[in-house]
Amino acid sequence: MKEKVQVSGGTGLSAKDVSSGKIFVTDDSLDCAYAWDTGVAVNRYLAELKNGRIIATECRKCKRIMLPPRLFCELCYVPSNNWVYVQDTGVINTFSICHVHWDASRIGEGEKPHLPAVIEIDGASEGMGIMHLLNEVEPDQIKIGMKVKAVWKPEAERTGSINDIKYFKPIE
Amino acid sequence: MSKKVAIVGIGYSGFRTTSTDVSYREMIYEAATKCYEDAGGIHPQSIDSFVASSEDFMEGISIADEYVPDQLGAVLKPVQSIAGDSLQGLASALMQIKTGQFDVVAASAFSKISNLSSYENVLSYATDPAYIRPFQENPYFIAGLEMNRYLYETGTSREQCAKVVIKNRYNALKNPTAIYGAKIDMDDILNAPPLCKPLGEFDKSGHLDGAIVLLLASEDKARELTDHPIWITGLGWATDTPNLDSRTDTLGSARYAELAAQKAYSMAGINTPYNEIDFAEIDDTFSYKELQHIEALKLCGPGEAGELLDLGSFAPAGDLPVNVSGGSLGVGYLHEANGLHRVLETVLQLRGEAGPRQLPGVETGLAFAWRGVPTTTGTAIILSNKS
Repeated sequence: MKEKVQVSGGTGLSAKDVSSGKIFVTDDSLDCAYAWDTGVAVNRYLAELKNGRIIATECRKCKRIMLPPRLFCELCYVPSNNWVYVQDTGVINTFSICHVHWDASRIGEGEKPHLPAVIEIDGASEGMGIMHLLNEVEPDQIKIGMKVKAVWKPEAERTGSINDIKYFKPIE
Repeated sequence: MSKKVAIVGIGYSGFRTTSTDVSYREMIYEAATKCYEDAGGIHPQSIDSFVASSEDFMEGISIADEYVPDQLGAVLKPVQSIAGDSLQGLASALMQIKTGQFDVVAASAFSKISNLSSYENVLSYATDPAYIRPFQENPYFIAGLEMNRYLYETGTSREQCAKVVIKNRYNALKNPTAIYGAKIDMDDILNAPPLCKPLGEFDKSGHLDGAIVLLLASEDKARELTDHPIWITGLGWATDTPNLDSRTDTLGSARYAELAAQKAYSMAGINTPYNEIDFAEIDDTFSYKELQHIEALKLCGPGEAGELLDLGSFAPAGDLPVNVSGGSLGVGYLHEANGLHRVLETVLQLRGEAGPRQLPGVETGLAFAWRGVPTTTGTAIILSNKS
């Protein structure tokens, strides 16, 4: 047998109650600054991006060519300081067509969707590569398995950042 | 205690004021590799579970626990993060083994405090937004309030607090991992610039980067992995109310420490701590804290710590050596890794591996960590080399 629960009155709050100062809130905005040490592996990765090259490390045990490069293989748990250059081409492993900005606001009329993609880099082990952005492609033309190539910033504009590659674009 | 658990491996990396040459991943990898080698060369695939302690604000990464697995060898393994001092993380690792579901569990923590350029802000964001933050005071004022009340209630002198600094920084001269070791005298401390009086510049510990990884195992596994297991015989922790203006006791006491120790002592079957504990590593984030904590941990009567310090009881050659390592004042402060640092030093002593600072014939040690201002959280652990 069901009996409806009686909810007693009460008054709902509105945004106006807050803005008019009827409801007290404590405002603060947090101010924090960090400078993260990149360490050996990420530092070299970024330095090589500045040079317009992609560098990986090879695990001496499982032989995986790992991207991003790391000083140890997290699966074999052995040091991996064998550095190898890989290509700036690869294939799309997966992608998404994003109609929202980072803060969840919708993209404007005529604005192109953001196109994040995981790219398996040629020369790195299967399933390893770079998470980056796609461009110079119509969203409805993108396919998993599509071959792409890095479009680099001009040398003078590179800073040692993942953004030294502007985006990846389809080739062929 | 039901199932016996031992610390079977220790590893650390650091300790130094900056560590720009390595990432936190590389620093923890070094500490973990040393720890696993210390535990008979165990491969992390044979470790059942991993517990990391961290505070996202310190690291500048929210949900930082997701960045734990790689460097510990914990990919696709049970991983848990504790937002608290690493001795609370160790408590969690201990409990996992006591459930009987896990035999070998790693506990890790690190500090990259040098990467945080607004430490005071982070500390300030830990204070209550309605009651405390609007005053815009440096949170060390809380240590000033506590110290003043502690001195008032116990009759302990400003000079006795300074003697803690002298002792610990001198002890640190014999610890190769300590970077704040120094031979300083009373005038240096009393004439130092005041911070939040009565607290002065020398009364607080300095920041440190570093990583610590410890490996815990059930009795059978412990005997397989090492010839020198250090048994965890008791552990307890407690948190007081955060209210500065209505603590359950007073700002001069440390009830959290008393209750944490009570639990740890009762688990370990310790009735007279002063007689049964051979040495202690006790939080000395601030000078007065060491004395306040010694009293709360019932290693002496209320208000007696200062006098016993004068008599040399807490010196390396005294009846109850406290912070032979140099403590946080001498070694430096490792933030959330602080608790594991206390345990690390206690384990080294109990193994007889403490080098020039080794105490003779020690069997039972106490480690106690506090989570720093503005917290009221403390964890106590009893360790023994006798099974």
